[in-house]
Amino acid sequence: MGVIRTEELLLNVGPQHPSTHGVFRIIVKLDGEIITEATPVMGYLHRGTEKLAESLNYTQIIPYTDRMDYVSAMTNNYVLVHAVEKMMGLTVPERAEFLRLIVMELQRIASHLVWWGTYLLDIGALSPFLYAFNDRERILQLFNELCGARLTYNYMRVGGVKWDAPEGWIDKVKAFVKSMYGKLDDYHALVSGNEIFLSRIKGVGAYDAETAIAYGLSGANLRSTGVKWDLRKNEPYSLYDRFEFDVPVGRNGDCYDRYVVRMEEIRQSLRILEQALEQFPPEGETMGKVPRVIRPPAGEIYVRIESPRGEIGCYIVSTGKAEPYRLKFRRPSFVNLQILPKLLVGESMTNLVTILGGIDIVLGEVDC
Amino acid sequence: MSEGERKRPDEREDDVSAASAGEQRTGALEDGVSAVNIGERRSGAPKDGGSAVSAGEKRTEAPEAGAAATGAGTSRPEAAETAADGARTEPAAPARRKETEEEKAARRKAALEAREAAKAAKAAAAAQDAAAQAGSPGAAQAGPQAASPGAASAGPAGAAAETNEPPPKPPSPNQPRLDRAVQLLRELVADDAVESASINEANDHLPTLVVRKERWLQAARLFRSHEELNANYLRNVTGVDYETHMEVVYHLLSLDSGHNYAIKVRTDRDRPSVPSVTPVWETANWNEREIYDLLGIDFPGHPDLRRIMMPDDWEGHPLRKDYVPLDPEV
Amino acid sequence: MEFDLASVSPEDIRELERNVFIGSLETLKGWVRSNSLWPLTFGLACCAIEMMAAGAPHYDLDRFGVMFRTSPRQADVMIVSGTVTKKMGPLLRRLYDQMPEPKWVIAMGSCATAGGPYVKSYSVIKGVDQIVPVDVYIPGCPPNPAALIYGINKLQEKIRYEARTGKRVTSG
Repeated sequence: MGVIRTEELLLNVGPQHPSTHGVFRIIVKLDGEIITEATPVMGYLHRGTEKLAESLNYTQIIPYTDRMDYVSAMTNNYVLVHAVEKMMGLTVPERAEFLRLIVMELQRIASHLVWWGTYLLDIGALSPFLYAFNDRERILQLFNELCGARLTYNYMRVGGVKWDAPEGWIDKVKAFVKSMYGKLDDYHALVSGNEIFLSRIKGVGAYDAETAIAYGLSGANLRSTGVKWDLRKNEPYSLYDRFEFDVPVGRNGDCYDRYVVRMEEIRQSLRILEQALEQFPPEGETMGKVPRVIRPPAGEIYVRIESPRGEIGCYIVSTGKAEPYRLKFRRPSFVNLQILPKLLVGESMTNLVTILGGIDIVLGEVDC
Repeated sequence: MSEGERKRPDEREDDVSAASAGEQRTGALEDGVSAVNIGERRSGAPKDGGSAVSAGEKRTEAPEAGAAATGAGTSRPEAAETAADGARTEPAAPARRKETEEEKAARRKAALEAREAAKAAKAAAAAQDAAAQAGSPGAAQAGPQAASPGAASAGPAGAAAETNEPPPKPPSPNQPRLDRAVQLLRELVADDAVESASINEANDHLPTLVVRKERWLQAARLFRSHEELNANYLRNVTGVDYETHMEVVYHLLSLDSGHNYAIKVRTDRDRPSVPSVTPVWETANWNEREIYDLLGIDFPGHPDLRRIMMPDDWEGHPLRKDYVPLDPEV
Repeated sequence: MEFDLASVSPEDIRELERNVFIGSLETLKGWVRSNSLWPLTFGLACCAIEMMAAGAPHYDLDRFGVMFRTSPRQADVMIVSGTVTKKMGPLLRRLYDQMPEPKWVIAMGSCATAGGPYVKSYSVIKGVDQIVPVDVYIPGCPPNPAALIYGINKLQEKIRYEARTGKRVTSG
């Protein structure tokens, strides 16, 4: 027999797919099992938040920010209110700032748990998903007690937060933090040493620091290459400069390093939470002095904070009205996703899901 | 001068925008002063009739104290004006619907007279200062201005008052960095590369430059490669549709030194185009595609410019201010 | 064959009452279908996370027989959870067409019901019932997993009702 005739296969990893983490489409050209070209197509969840924001005042935009990166809504809230507060020069009372920091760190842990559970589900392990969501349920119940919602909180306001912590809430968070340390060790024991897991993600999807910087990656994607850049340390906002925590940094820039960096980030978040809960002011205001109609002065501003996915930024152009003239969110998932076509070339088809999951995207944020 | 810009009478549509102009002044001041102003506005909210009188009172006493020529001096008349403006807003905002046209006109007239009285008082103070110092442009301006207490003269009179006193804001700590960047661009790219440069104080004193779009690609390469600027991380690319022109704003960061820059490139509204910086920073690729998709700005030099968010056969660019959706009922 | 009703003992009667059901085949089919609804994983946006949380241990959906299937060919019900954009609309219809009969649709969340908070947006379809016939609407933004379970229970009741009476609640 002669050589078997082969041709390139065009495969559509369609918008409805269990592992694309939302409605995301990749058009993949395959040569056997090796990917020769991958074209991402997005926009299946483009809801026009930025256009809607031009006709809403700032407090009305806060619920829309929740729905952008719906897995870590508190950080989205914060980036918007922080931008407006900075433009207006408002000060936030200390108790409100502590509450914001506590919920942001709890949200970081919850987001990383979702990432961990779904990543391992994509790779093929079914149990970690259940463990992760069980722990996440406890965090969501804490949030439910605090602000009434499990996923889209609408909790922060320009100048403070909407609800004060109810009686005993701080103790519940303390108890959660204490138990989460043990759970984290359990997770490591369950997964991190597993041979199959390690052989599936070590060395997969590697890139170096230069590429990461050129592509504007942020968050764990940048730190896994060895660049020590965490906005909580390098451009501190909120009260992060009061607390001691480390910034985990990887070495090789492959999926395994991203995994380790994110697991370590959970541990560091727990450390920050411990310190914040100890220093929590026993009483104080939850809202600062804010004018009744929020009209930032004319001008523009770009603020950025560290969300679990990377650098989320908010660029506001204001003309002095109650609505923004232009509101743009710099979404980390959108920028981080750019490296996907480059990473997939030459990879086996089985690694597509591993690499995509390692970037940790949320489609609500990619499409905004 | 900034004071003159904000006081253009043609920008006043009604008292609402007057209030916002007042709050604009508030926000532009230092943090401490603005917090005080907000407090003032909240606490001191006299009734309609009283506001004009108290504003006039506050203004007449302020310039006398302000003639001592300190930074606090110029901010206090502004603060008093703001408080009065804000005090005007306080009863205005809830009662806006019930007011008749006569009441509105009467209030506006009272406010205008109060403002003119303040300008006259300030111009008198400025004339005194000009006579005291040897500032000939100030004297030349203050002379005719003192005679005509029109609102139109409020601008230059206010400016004269400010030029004769030291500027209220100390120079920004990033000013040397901004100057150096402008100098590098002028030397190494082109003389006309930088259209304007300023410091955005609210945004942590961010150096903001406006670069001509013909020079933008070269300037971008300079920003990336020059060892002093070394802006290797492009944080954010935004397109903004001002109705007269369009703008693309780039936020740059140098990871080693932590320095930030903001660069704006202007282009006109019909057939807008800005050179693509994808060859310089790879991350601009999808950002520029998104701006093309939503605003219609063309990026010559982009490797793959096509729609990214909207379906490929979508008509129009949704984020433009004059966008009309084709099928709003679906 | 002789069958003497009087000779059946009370214990036997009780046994029979517990174990023998008299009904029509349609009712049986309705009961079976309602208790093993296999949804298509059609999570679009934030409601998808609540759907995942409903499938997670705390609000376990597996006890209702609900097992998420990823292929439309093997799914009974399509839970549209999240905002449907105009770009996604045709694909949603295609997936619905690929599902074999009998099939149902649950519109979960206010975006799928009527556009939700994005009702004024240029790129959002205001309600998925413009594309596919919807059986159950679950309001909420996002609805609690308990609300989703309630919606699934309502769908189960609807399936059994339609099977028992032969009436269709909607006109098809």
